[in-house]
Amino acid sequence: MSFKVPLTPISRPAKASVGKTGLWRFLKPVIELKKCKKCGLCWMYCPDIAVTFDEMGFPHINYDFCKGCGICANECPTGAIKMVREGL
Amino acid sequence: MTSRMDVKKLVLTSNYAAAYAAKLARAEIISAYPITPQTTVVEKLAEFIERGELKAKMIRVESEHSAMAACIGASATGARVFTATSSHGLLYMYEMLWWAAGARLPIVMGVVTRAIAPPWNIWTEHADILSPRDSGWLIFFAESAQEVLDMILQAYKVAENEQVLLPVMVGWDAFISSHTAEPVDVPSQEIVDEFLPPRKSAAFLLDVKDPVSHGNLVFPDFYMEFRYLMQRGMESARDIIRKVDEEFGKIFGRRYGGLIEKYRCDDAEYALITLGGSSGDAREAVDKLRENGVKIGLCRIRVIRPFPVQDVVECLSNKEGVIVVERDISMGLCGVLATEIASVLFMNGIQPKFASFIAGLGGREVSVEDFLKMLDFSLKEFQRGNKRVGPHWYGVKEEVIP
Repeated sequence: MSFKVPLTPISRPAKASVGKTGLWRFLKPVIELKKCKKCGLCWMYCPDIAVTFDEMGFPHINYDFCKGCGICANECPTGAIKMVREGL
Repeated sequence: MTSRMDVKKLVLTSNYAAAYAAKLARAEIISAYPITPQTTVVEKLAEFIERGELKAKMIRVESEHSAMAACIGASATGARVFTATSSHGLLYMYEMLWWAAGARLPIVMGVVTRAIAPPWNIWTEHADILSPRDSGWLIFFAESAQEVLDMILQAYKVAENEQVLLPVMVGWDAFISSHTAEPVDVPSQEIVDEFLPPRKSAAFLLDVKDPVSHGNLVFPDFYMEFRYLMQRGMESARDIIRKVDEEFGKIFGRRYGGLIEKYRCDDAEYALITLGGSSGDAREAVDKLRENGVKIGLCRIRVIRPFPVQDVVECLSNKEGVIVVERDISMGLCGVLATEIASVLFMNGIQPKFASFIAGLGGREVSVEDFLKMLDFSLKEFQRGNKRVGPHWYGVKEEVIP
């Protein structure tokens, strides 16, 4: 076998082996940018690195990988993030 | 004499000798939680950092589990890491010990051996350091403050060797070593730097510019291979320990014999086996018996993992009888050392007369007299044709046992 194991298992960032994990979501966070103060807490708390910023510094959700855990909505100090039920 | 060969003669406890060793090794990250009798190791290191004598970061934590976790994180970035603990502290970090070994991180840790509660007891016993013997840590054990210093320097060199890349714990006894001051030769920083250059090797490195995750899930089709690689590291370590001891001897003028230290063993008919601080008393007992014409020697185990299979076999293959005296008991069987030595002898087809003693649990003194009594008893039993003696609980107070 040409493949050799390393001394200890490591992995590099790659597309998730289970595909776009956003499909697991049944509630999705929606950001009301008017209320957003650009504090970045949603980005800091997101366990899936699914929050990115635009040139203006406003956060946006990457729905391909957001699993809808709701932590960003819980942490947002201005209540700018609402969890909305996914359409069936 | 040039300045690089300068040696400072200091009066140090084993705990302070360990702190000096970590400083001379230029440990960059130290994370530890205080526990008697380890505390003064870390106190001394904090003092070195405070005075600007050691450029290291001390990470304060809320538990030993976190201390080892911090060491793992630091070591994974490529830093040289030191910590120390004892007894319950070591048990509290037990899960993390396996993590450190499996991640192939060359962490060095001092373990001041102490009994495990209940009953609460702060004195020496080897139950703690022998508990993680299946974890993938190399386990060394020193007898004197000088050996603690030298062994920690050697430990980094062994751990960081690319063929090994496993963590090392260096043990010494509570109080009889940890708090007993002895003259110690402290080498110059220059010469230690020559022996131990900055750490270069790593199984992987945490680097924000090239991110990796480690400790990933591995399915049954590959898990076994990773454990095999750890065992291969252990097997390679035996030769590397011997070579490092040899190199150390050439530079510093002190050699310890590698994985075991033999004392008057070569022409001996009987061998006494010990571990740690009581070995000085054992040596005196051997001398006394030699004066009476008994051909006996001492084999002091310096390295418990990797187990010195070849060394023990060579040392004991021509012996009439072997007597193991140890400060530990594997509940439900017998002493750990006796079990392991008997197993190695059996697997190599060697069957000397064999005596096993559990002595000095919870810090009870094991003096020269005690060794003489145990040896005398064993030799008499051997002469009476008794090939297996013990396991015997030496000095247990039968009158207080209900």
